[in-house]
Amino acid sequence: MFNKSLILGGLAVFVLLVTTPFWYGLLKAGPPPTPEPPPNGASVCVAPVEYMRSSHMKLLDVWRDEVIREAKRETIVVNDPKLGTLEFGKGLQLACMDCHSNKEQFCDSCHEYVSARPDCWTCHMTPAEIASKEAL
Amino acid sequence: MKYVYSLGAVIALMLIAWFGSLIPGMQYFFGVAVPYLAIVIFLGGFAWKIWDWAKSPVPFSIQTTCGQAKSLDFIPHNRLEAPNTNTEVIARMALEILTFRSLFRHTKADVYAGPKLTYESAKWLWLFALIFHYSFLVIVIRHLRLFLEPVPAPIVWLDWADSLFEMGLPTLYLTDAGLLIGLLFLFARRLFTRPVRYMSLFNDYFPLFLLLAIGITGVLMRMVFRGGIDIAAIKAMGVGLVTFSPVVSPDISAIFYVHLFLVCALLIYFPFSKLMHLGGVFLSPTRNMRNNTREVRHVNPWNPDIKPHSYAAYEDEFREYMVEAGIPVEKELEPQKEAAEPA
Amino acid sequence: MAVAKLEQLEQSVASDPSMLTGAYPTEDWMDVPAEFYSGNFAFPAKVNIVEYLDSQKGLHFPNAREWSPEQDDWKLPEDWKDIILNGLKERLDKFRSLKIFMDCCVRCGACADKCHFYLGTGDPKNMPVLRAELLRSVYRNDFTLGGKILGKMAGNREMTIGVLKEWFMYSYQCTECRRCSVFCPYGIDTAEVTIIMRELLHLVGVGINWILEPVSNSNRTGNHMGLQPHTFKDNVEFLTDDIESLTGVKIEPTFNRKGAEILFITPSADVFAEPGLYTAMGYLILFEHLGLDYTWSTYASEGGNFGLFTNNESMKKLNAKMYAEAERLGVRYILGGECGHMWRVLHQYMDTMNGPADFLEVPKSPITGTVFQNCASTKMVHVSEFTADLIRHNKLKLDKSRNDYLTVTYHDSCNTARAMGLMEEPRYILKHVVNNFHEMPENTIREQTFCCGSGTGLNTDEIMELRMRSGLPRANAVKYVEDKHGVNMLSCVCAIDRATLTSLMNYWNPNVGVSGITELVGNAIVLDGETRGELDEGLRTMVF
Repeated sequence: MFNKSLILGGLAVFVLLVTTPFWYGLLKAGPPPTPEPPPNGASVCVAPVEYMRSSHMKLLDVWRDEVIREAKRETIVVNDPKLGTLEFGKGLQLACMDCHSNKEQFCDSCHEYVSARPDCWTCHMTPAEIASKEAL
Repeated sequence: MKYVYSLGAVIALMLIAWFGSLIPGMQYFFGVAVPYLAIVIFLGGFAWKIWDWAKSPVPFSIQTTCGQAKSLDFIPHNRLEAPNTNTEVIARMALEILTFRSLFRHTKADVYAGPKLTYESAKWLWLFALIFHYSFLVIVIRHLRLFLEPVPAPIVWLDWADSLFEMGLPTLYLTDAGLLIGLLFLFARRLFTRPVRYMSLFNDYFPLFLLLAIGITGVLMRMVFRGGIDIAAIKAMGVGLVTFSPVVSPDISAIFYVHLFLVCALLIYFPFSKLMHLGGVFLSPTRNMRNNTREVRHVNPWNPDIKPHSYAAYEDEFREYMVEAGIPVEKELEPQKEAAEPA
Repeated sequence: MAVAKLEQLEQSVASDPSMLTGAYPTEDWMDVPAEFYSGNFAFPAKVNIVEYLDSQKGLHFPNAREWSPEQDDWKLPEDWKDIILNGLKERLDKFRSLKIFMDCCVRCGACADKCHFYLGTGDPKNMPVLRAELLRSVYRNDFTLGGKILGKMAGNREMTIGVLKEWFMYSYQCTECRRCSVFCPYGIDTAEVTIIMRELLHLVGVGINWILEPVSNSNRTGNHMGLQPHTFKDNVEFLTDDIESLTGVKIEPTFNRKGAEILFITPSADVFAEPGLYTAMGYLILFEHLGLDYTWSTYASEGGNFGLFTNNESMKKLNAKMYAEAERLGVRYILGGECGHMWRVLHQYMDTMNGPADFLEVPKSPITGTVFQNCASTKMVHVSEFTADLIRHNKLKLDKSRNDYLTVTYHDSCNTARAMGLMEEPRYILKHVVNNFHEMPENTIREQTFCCGSGTGLNTDEIMELRMRSGLPRANAVKYVEDKHGVNMLSCVCAIDRATLTSLMNYWNPNVGVSGITELVGNAIVLDGETRGELDEGLRTMVF
């Protein structure tokens, strides 16, 4: 006895499962996100762009440990060709969000794209949240 | 020494990808051409192998019964270990495939002076095999986040559950640890369990090292060597591959290409190796058949036409003795000539 | 061959350097040749036997000749290698099981210490995985992609005379008991591998006499003992004489009787040799007690099927007699006696090979009216199923105390347990016919049962030491219940067991006897009109 149809059926299911991404891609795939540049026009960051793209979470981790655990609160100075010398405290709200003020357009667009779920915002507030609080 | 060659082979693959991807223009080769080739060989090879198996019939019903068969009403039937219906077979197969039922029975035998033989329960192989396989499955599914846009909710949940303990940043996946621990156990077993060491071949060590290298490069580029790992650019590559509009980002670091190349090597190696147990476990006749052969006839397509040594020939040979012993015969003895002739 | 003294073997098993006792071989298994010396191989088949078999329609047994495994030259045909490789190709196309079992093994080693031959000899090539690798290495070399490229490192090798010799040695150190297949995560069954290796060896004239002579006898005289019809009848009648002197009841069985309701077939050893004789007496008493309308057959006088140990053509040819005789006699169905591999053939092969048996009826017990739905197609019932049903319906007049001189344990035969699932019926019967019953340890019974060590035609005297080694796991488990509960009777439902376990017990546990289940049933049955006195040893009591 062969049970060929059962075997071929099973094989078809397997091939379909393995090729899911291809079918899914044909149906839905959108373009990759392009994070919004800083609304304030800044063009230089605290570290090179490539480093920030791949490793910003590491930098934030280091900053957090330095500030909270070691009390190293020295500021970071950046020379922007347009905005001149900028000085930031180490921190998500103190530094990053100062220029990249739109969380949805900057942080979330990529994080959602790659399904990363950082827990920054369980403690921190977005500029928009701060603004709405101050308005009260 | 066989593991040394296997390790050497995996290191060679890693070096090829490492240096190859540093050559300008070769990123396209390693990031696009090789993955396409790998998936085609994997699917084609897999289907070919299954078809090759399917071409041969299962001439006899050779289920291994691991429990009481269905017989009389008052004899409790073990429906999982000696299945009688398709549903019961499916349940048995599910238990086998999803929980490694047979491996769970594993015991370790020892001989002591006397001689005295002992068999003690040994669940380690089962446990680590299970940890490894499930971790690997979850890791494969999790990786879909790099190919699917938008990422479907179940994959987001799986990712969340897998990083539940929030160790490190980015968080360490439990399954990454599970995969590596499982593989290290399986490797250690091959090295230190004498019978297993003796029977192990190059093709037993090779997939272990390959998977270990895949796991280690994966963890390293997530947790340690972040430089050049722009995850959004990597996803753009993944989505590009599955939408047949491949793109390559020039800034991705070599370790990513090593990881990807090893995965491709695994895919290409898969259909031609023992890793096909993934497909084979479904087709094993000792497990996937019903134990009802006396109730329902199993058909052999090549059943040869062979007749028994006939009763007629048997009686012809022994008729005299049979008649003498009072055993009924089909043909009576010829009247004996001597008796008929006058003295 | 002289068997090692018990003390020597006891010592040797536990402390001679082997894989099992902690030693590690210095050479790769591929570099260790098979070496034959008196005592480690079964004698090759005799020329006239092979010639007779080759002359039978449907069978193919070429290259009959005088040869010995001890000699370098096995006198194989010139093109032996092509014959083997073509034979392997043909079987890959015929058996999916072979392909799957060749491709899927991951060498996890779960099977390694499950084999009684490995446990008794410590020889690494008796680990089921390596036994299969003997064939797999050739399969990979000649039938898989890249087989030849990767070479020895990947466990691939050319088919050579040396490999063939290994096949011969290790396919005849496997009793196809299937214990390894219970533990294998992919259900790989070494019995399938051994069956194929033996089939291939027969293609070039390599086979053993202890198997082929019974095949030849079964073909010609109907039973593997070679008993001719009148002798077979005489033997059964001797048993009825014994029963008469024990119980005062004269039983008059019939032979080759047309129109009987039931054809009864059991292994011929039961009417030929102790202790099977007592089981046969049990059958006679049981059927007399029931007034069963049944007949024996001298033409189909063998339940066992040595074809299973040879090749599937021989198996089919021998098995075909059962249906042929049932049809000729016009019986309603067949009742089968206690036997292990016989029941593997009946349960898993008979209907496929020689069915459908449309001329028979679905077995129905004439006493209880129970319809045996589980054999609706094969139309062959196991005597334990038949008896258990009788007991359930209270149709037997039993005096359990007659078995009180025994403390019994039960040995599951490999085939009835793992190739049929007959586990509880014999225990149910035992519960009703003996008072003192104790199970052996759980890792040694039911689906995990250990072979007697001499199945599949290996119960020949020239390999006695091997048999005592491979039977050790079973003997050891018996010893455990002997020491703990005073067990003195090892009961079973297998004719080969009755012969081989007797040798095994005599060697390892001399105070334990061996019996069939139906012997114990027969001893407990209170026959109408019996004048039975005190029988100290049941049906075995000598009465003058």
